Amino acid sequence: MEVLELARWQFGITTVYHFLMVPLTIGLSILVAAMQTRWVRTGELRHLKMTKFWGKLLLVNFAMGVVTGIVQEFQFGMNWSAYSRFVGDVFGAPLAMEGLVAFFVESTFLGLWIFGWDRLPKKVHLACAWAFSLATMASAYFILAANSWMQHPVGVTFENGKPTMNSIWAVLTNNTALAAIPHTLAGAFSVAAAFLVGVAGWHLWRRGDHEDVWRTSLRLGGWVGVAAFAVLAITGDTQGKLMFEQQPMKMASAEALCHTEKPASFSIIAIGDVAGSNCEDVKTFNVPALLSFLAHNDFKTEVKGVEDLITEYQAKYGTNYPDDPALGSLAGKPIDYVPNLPVTYWGFRMMIGFGAVSAGIGLLALWLTRRGRLPGGRWFPLLVLGGIATPFLGNSAGWIFTEMGRQPFVVVPNPSGVDGVWMFTAQAVSRLTTGEVWTSLIALTTVYAALGVVELYLMRKYVRGGVDAVMPPPKDSDTTEGDTLAFAY
Amino acid sequence: MTLETVWFVVIAFFWLGYLFLEGFDFGVGMLLPVLARDNTERRVMVNTIGPVWDGNEVWLIVAGGAMFAAFPEWYASLFSAAYLPLLLVLLALIGRGVAFEYRGKVDSDRWRRSWDRVIVAGSWIPPLGVGLILATTVLGLPLDADGNRIGSAFAAFRWDTVLGAVAIAAFSLTHGAAFLALKTSGELRERARTTAIRALPFAMVPMVAFLSVVQWRTGTLWTLLAFGISAVAAAVAWLRLRADRDGQAFAALGVVIAGTAVTMFGALFPNVLPSTLDAANTLTIAGAASSPYTLTVMTWVAVFGAPAVLIYQGWTYWVFRKRIGTQHIPAVHAP
Repeated sequence: MEVLELARWQFGITTVYHFLMVPLTIGLSILVAAMQTRWVRTGELRHLKMTKFWGKLLLVNFAMGVVTGIVQEFQFGMNWSAYSRFVGDVFGAPLAMEGLVAFFVESTFLGLWIFGWDRLPKKVHLACAWAFSLATMASAYFILAANSWMQHPVGVTFENGKPTMNSIWAVLTNNTALAAIPHTLAGAFSVAAAFLVGVAGWHLWRRGDHEDVWRTSLRLGGWVGVAAFAVLAITGDTQGKLMFEQQPMKMASAEALCHTEKPASFSIIAIGDVAGSNCEDVKTFNVPALLSFLAHNDFKTEVKGVEDLITEYQAKYGTNYPDDPALGSLAGKPIDYVPNLPVTYWGFRMMIGFGAVSAGIGLLALWLTRRGRLPGGRWFPLLVLGGIATPFLGNSAGWIFTEMGRQPFVVVPNPSGVDGVWMFTAQAVSRLTTGEVWTSLIALTTVYAALGVVELYLMRKYVRGGVDAVMPPPKDSDTTEGDTLAFAY
Repeated sequence: MTLETVWFVVIAFFWLGYLFLEGFDFGVGMLLPVLARDNTERRVMVNTIGPVWDGNEVWLIVAGGAMFAAFPEWYASLFSAAYLPLLLVLLALIGRGVAFEYRGKVDSDRWRRSWDRVIVAGSWIPPLGVGLILATTVLGLPLDADGNRIGSAFAAFRWDTVLGAVAIAAFSLTHGAAFLALKTSGELRERARTTAIRALPFAMVPMVAFLSVVQWRTGTLWTLLAFGISAVAAAVAWLRLRADRDGQAFAALGVVIAGTAVTMFGALFPNVLPSTLDAANTLTIAGAASSPYTLTVMTWVAVFGAPAVLIYQGWTYWVFRKRIGTQHIPAVHAP
């Protein structure tokens, strides 16, 4: 493999792995802050137990999110230095803002929250929980603004062969970002919600102690999951319409649409090879005109197929890569403008499908626990614990779709915007030896895998341990030291 | 002062903040197997930095992010050229961060011993790696006209950059010992103080040697002044440690690293990454900087953001200002 492929694998693995922890962290930190708020306001022990239990699982996860995030920031310079040079004037700004305005707040106030239980007044301590959980959302905002600029470059002029920023406001209020942010945050809440439903549902089913804790948690998770799915559907629809305008090839690839259709139908599922020469033959359960609606809010809009788009892209961006040795074996070769269709077609369906299944499980769990009922049946724990995986899979599929769907571009041309601001992925990569990138790919993946195993082990241990594992028994008055830390590593 | 110069200073400040803050928490990790006699003492040590290490680490993220925003060419060339050292730093930081969080999560000696090893490795490798990378940016790399590295993957490993790596690691160890003397009580504190007194003179040898190389090659009069202040501060730190004044010694060591950073970045200015191949390929602040608009935007962000960070991080240190000792450590409680 060449440096390009290795660097893409590394980016994909690091990003998907990082984004297993991040959504759980974002969703859970807000929910934990809400639980703690209820406790401070009502003084009910149930809410304190919830805060402690879910807070502990949050911390096990948070550490992993932080450390994998560091790799994210440095890999632009390490593996994608040509990209960094090209976009640095604009792309670095939201990234640096994330660090300076959001990430500092997050990690500092998280430390204060963990260790501040006995050191800070109750309300100040609660404010720390809100500070770090809101900062996780601010982090998401800046990172998505940076990512959205790659999907839809705005706020720049093209000078001396490079995009030069002329409006930070345009970058931070990019319509692509404004649609991606609620969508991604809703995805984060659906992860946290499914986690609550799964873990609390299992405890309820086991008829263990602290039933009030598990019932309240499950119902909170159920409602949050359903609400998150509603937001996902609405914002997903908005994103589809923007994609139709901004990245028509990605739109066509989502459907593996070979030929232009008017009106265009949407297929639920396909059998066989969607990337084949007659791909539309194997699609089944077509919903007539639905793709037109997704693209443009009516049932008759023409949606361009891959074949027609290739001709358009070739006319605008050339038929061959430049004959530059920096492009490796791609130098001078024809440009393939079509993303990997099986990946985009199935990624799109998995994103929607897993999201829907997750919300369905939440709804079912709410129904089964209505008016004080307890869930029975051996299938129930399997369903809710299995359900924890569904929004994770949906999120990963969504990211893989959105990033793979813009290939071969790393910065996607903006059809309605600035001329010249686009970059092929092949041009973005650093001039490294394959040995270096192999080393980092193998080392990072091995470490991720090992830590993934450890994390799952710890999560399982704390999930099974329940409330008693996170709240030490009340101190025996004879042995009270009076001065021990309420929380210590 | 031009905006480029302002941002050069801001980035030097972020690196200094990183070397100062995570410097001592690396030192605590390095000394874990040396100073602690049992698990309770190890927990005391870890808990001295427990509430702050994560916030300290963000200084690295922000130093990197600020380089990307203000000097994309610097960010791209340095981090792709120094690929292997940076990879080692990242791997070590991954393990270290997780280790702090996980070491107490299972009540088993084997489990704790394994994570302690990760903490020790994770506390030695990053200061060595960051020292190597910063020494590389000061002393230069074989760069071609596009800012790409010519030469092998190991081009960043040279005697002079390795000297810089050792200097930063040795400083971190001493700084960590002084921090522990300031933050702990009882026997642990005595051991930390003795270690700091013994380590300091040795730690200054690579530091003085490295700064002499830097000063010799590209130093100016005022970097020589900073170098001098650094050396005096080291002597003051040693005397204050002997006089049992931990706080003053810790502050004096802060001056040592500040003088070091000023010498290094002052000797680098107005370059950001010299080419050892051809002076024409050297990256300068003017050539590597973002547009004036981007720098202006970032300046506003920094004007409001940076003081806020200093205030709330300072408050964190205030909240957790008490010394801790073995009597403060609760019983192990894990599922």
